[in-house]
Parts: sequence; structure tokens; C-alpha cells
Amino acid sequence: MAEILELKEAIARYVKDGSTIAMEGFTHLIPHAAGHEIIRQGRRNLHAIRMTPDMVYDQLIGAGCVSKLTFSWGGNPGVGSLHRFRDAVENNWPHQIEIEEHSHAGMAARYVAGASGLPFGVLRGYVGTDLVDQTSSIKTISCPFTDEELTAVPALNPDVTIIHAQRADREGNVQLWGLLGVQREAVLAAKSSIVTVEEIVDKLTPVSGGVVIPSWVVSAVCLVSNGAHPSYASGYSQRDNSFYKSWDDIAKDRESFTEWVKNHISGTTDFDSFSRSVGISALVSANG
Amino acid sequence: MVNVTPSANTISTDDLMIVNAARVLGTLAAAGKAACFVGIGLPSTAANLARRLYSPEPVLIYESGCIGSKPTRLPLSIGDGELADTSDSVVSVPEIFSYWLQAGRIDVGFLGGAQLDKFGNINSTVIGSYGKPKTRLPGAGGAPEIAATAGQVIVIMRQTKRAFVDRCDFRTSFGFGDGPGHRERLGLRGGGPKLVITDLGVLEPDPETCELVQTQMHRGVTAEQCVENTGWKLRIAKNVFTTDAVSDREINALRELQSAT
Repeated sequence: MAEILELKEAIARYVKDGSTIAMEGFTHLIPHAAGHEIIRQGRRNLHAIRMTPDMVYDQLIGAGCVSKLTFSWGGNPGVGSLHRFRDAVENNWPHQIEIEEHSHAGMAARYVAGASGLPFGVLRGYVGTDLVDQTSSIKTISCPFTDEELTAVPALNPDVTIIHAQRADREGNVQLWGLLGVQREAVLAAKSSIVTVEEIVDKLTPVSGGVVIPSWVVSAVCLVSNGAHPSYASGYSQRDNSFYKSWDDIAKDRESFTEWVKNHISGTTDFDSFSRSVGISALVSANG
Repeated sequence: MVNVTPSANTISTDDLMIVNAARVLGTLAAAGKAACFVGIGLPSTAANLARRLYSPEPVLIYESGCIGSKPTRLPLSIGDGELADTSDSVVSVPEIFSYWLQAGRIDVGFLGGAQLDKFGNINSTVIGSYGKPKTRLPGAGGAPEIAATAGQVIVIMRQTKRAFVDRCDFRTSFGFGDGPGHRERLGLRGGGPKLVITDLGVLEPDPETCELVQTQMHRGVTAEQCVENTGWKLRIAKNVFTTDAVSDREINALRELQSAT
């Protein structure tokens, strides 16, 4: 059964120095508030997994929380480079990070294997690419039935997966809809999981195209309305495109980034106070 | 129809690439090859323009899981809510890559990158060496499997000496590899690069050598210009032709689409 916890407490309990964490959300429902809280608590040496390490991981990497990154696409969608990620890989700032690089199809197969209790996933992928030479986590196997050569990638089983969802009920059953990305697989692949939600309701009503992740496979549910910002939660908020654009300038140099983290993350107590400090209006839905 | 002012009628090189890509999609859709895997930027604009210009229209598939999207404005990211809200079906990311792309349901994939070589291989990973990159690029995303599996690949890129190289620093997405027969030897199921649409014209692979050859040039572009802006010894096709000028109908539809965004 999921416990309803304050985000601060959930992060303290489940994210430790040296943990392998996955924060998912494919452009939609990205758990930004949880990322901030990890920085606030000063976690170090994380192995951070994410298909698209966009702004949320740029912040974690620049703040020095990450020692290894497993990913498939690292950019600021629709804007350009991810400057803190680049600075870490190109110049070892703030310190060296190890990278394990895949394609989206491979990362998806790895999460599915992890969620399915299998040691590896199988796909037709990576053939002929130079990615194969850069990691031991891409190997060739032959089909036992047809002898066809296929690609195997090891399962991902994070210590903790963190996602954002639209809502949960008081039992901790989680409901999400719209672009679902790889979140359900990432939660089921993990040893524990934290879900931040826009609102907690008495009863979940069905939503077309939505899924429910039952309470008994979730560790903690935390109420953080607008907690995906500048990403969004379909039905609750809009993607804040201007914030993504402004990130380019903030993250471009080390000083302005460090100053931003100091003022808006380390210098704030939680997501509400972060929101006030950067001047975004926190609330969208009525949740009392 | 919007009233097009003279300045709005000035055709940029982006417009040229978008309109030419939209024409190709229109032709493919008419031939029953309509399922198109698109990314944000020029490919998405071209695909959405093709939906407005041609019937039957292409089916737009985005890697965020949107199948049959019919956005009324141009999406700003592949996760734009507009894409999900206007789709025939929204599926998870594992599904889009396994059931849809890997299973061979995609007719056309659009790709771009930082470097393209003469055999249509693409680099979107690093400039320089992998271990000590001069420039770290975003990486593979969905591209390697699109390049391997889509019925055909259309590349949209600006033609410059820096980007059109003899050999990519890193092979992120496989075109024709080292040349003829390489795709077959690896067992890749998709057709590989079919067209490269640039600001100067169009390149296509020579059926025998697989090397990209300039087969079309936009109005006012010279063969010398194409050669000069290509990092390998570019061949110009004997029967190279000039792309049709952008029509009023095309530019009006494009401007209408852009102004709705």
C-alpha cells in the first residue's frame, strides 16, 4: 500500500546517496518538483536513468548529484542543447560523469524487461551503429527458433522510480492519462516508487485512455500540485514553453546556473516556495 | 485563405525544404504509403503542411505515442498536448517503438542530424571522439531504429561543408553503411535513405554505388554551389532538374499553418 507522504519525507526515505533512480515522463508529466527536492537534500553519487534527460536532469547533473547517467536523448526539446549535461560530458564540470548511452527503443525494451521480471529485453536495434562499441549493455543474441540475430539489452531495475501523475485516491491508487510515456513500466521495474500528483480525490473516475497504477505497487504518493512545471499535466496545466526557452540562458554558464540553484532551489523550502520565487502561479485545479 | 502580404511571400530556404518535403509526402500518401514518423521542427511542419495540401493525407505518428495526430497548430514539442488531444490513438513509448516502428508499420521516417555522410549515415551523437568530444550532441533518441526499419527515410538538413561529410565522426543512424550490400548483410528491414532534402536541392542515392548524388536543385542554385557546400566529392546527376517553384497555394497554406501556431 502506498503511503501518502510529504515529498520531502518521501525523497529522504527512498533516495539515498548512491541510489539508482529513474525519473520518467516523456515530455508530459515530468516530475520536476521531485528533482528539486533531491537537489535540496544534497544527494550525491546517483546513477540517474532517464530516456530524455532534459531540464530536470540538467539541474541534477549541474548541481553535482549525478555520477552516472543512462539515457537515450539529452537535449532541451524544441530549444537546443542541454548545457549542464554538455559541460559535464565535455569538461567534467562539476565532476566527471559516466554515461551509458542507448536509443529510445532500447531504453523502452530495458524498462519493459525490468517490469516483466526478465533479465534482458530483445529488439531489432542498434545494428550497424557505433553505439554498440561504447557500452557493454548492448549485445547480440540469436533467436533459438529461427537463428535470426537480434539485440539484447539488460533490464533496468532502479532502486526508485519517480513519476508525476494527475491524481490519486486516498488509498494511494494513482491515475494518469494523456501521453503515458514509459512511466508505468518504470514504476513496475523499480524496487520502490514515488508518485507526485496534482490532486488527491475521494474516488477515481475513469478517464478515456487513462491507466491506474494500483496502490500496492507504489511506495509513496505526494501531493504537489503543478509539480511537473514547466512540463505539464494534461487536464490540469499547460506546458510552459517560455520557461524551457529561458532555461537555455540560465544553464548556459556555470555562474548563472549556480546562482539560480542557490536562489530558487537551495534557497527555497519546497515547490510552493520555489514557484513563488520564480514567479509562476502554482495552482490550477481545486484541491482544497 | 489568408491575405498574403508581399513580405510573407518571400520564400525562405526553410520554406523551400518544408514545401519540397510536403510534396514528397503527398506523392507517397497517394501511393498508399501514408504512415509517417515525424519529429519536431521542419519534418513536423512539412507533414502538417502535407495534411492540408493533399488527399489522401499522410498519417502523422510522433514518438511520444501519438498515432494519427491532426493538430490544428504546429506542436512545439513532441509532447505537446495538442498532439495527444487530436490523435486517433495514444499509446505508450514501449508500444510506439515495438508494435508500430519495429513491426514495420511505418512507411516514411524523417531524420536530421549534425553530420550526414555520402552513404546517408547520420551522426547526432558527438563531434570529435566519443571519449573526448569536441561537441556533445543530444544523442540517438528514436533515430537508429527509424533509420533501420522505416520503409524509407527522408533526411532534411542544410547542405554545408561542415555537415555533409565524407565520413561521420560517429554513426548514430545507419544509412547505407560502407556502401552497396551493407544494409542487406546486416539484415536491416527498412529501405534506408531515399531522399535528402536541403536548402540547395535534393540528393538521392545512386542505385549502384549508394552514394548520394545531387539530383535536383532549387531555382537559382548552381551545381558549383552544391559541390562547394558538400564535404565529399559530390556528383551532379546528368539529368539534374530544377525543383518547381513554390506555388501560391503552397505558401498560403504554410503561412496559414504558421500563423495558427
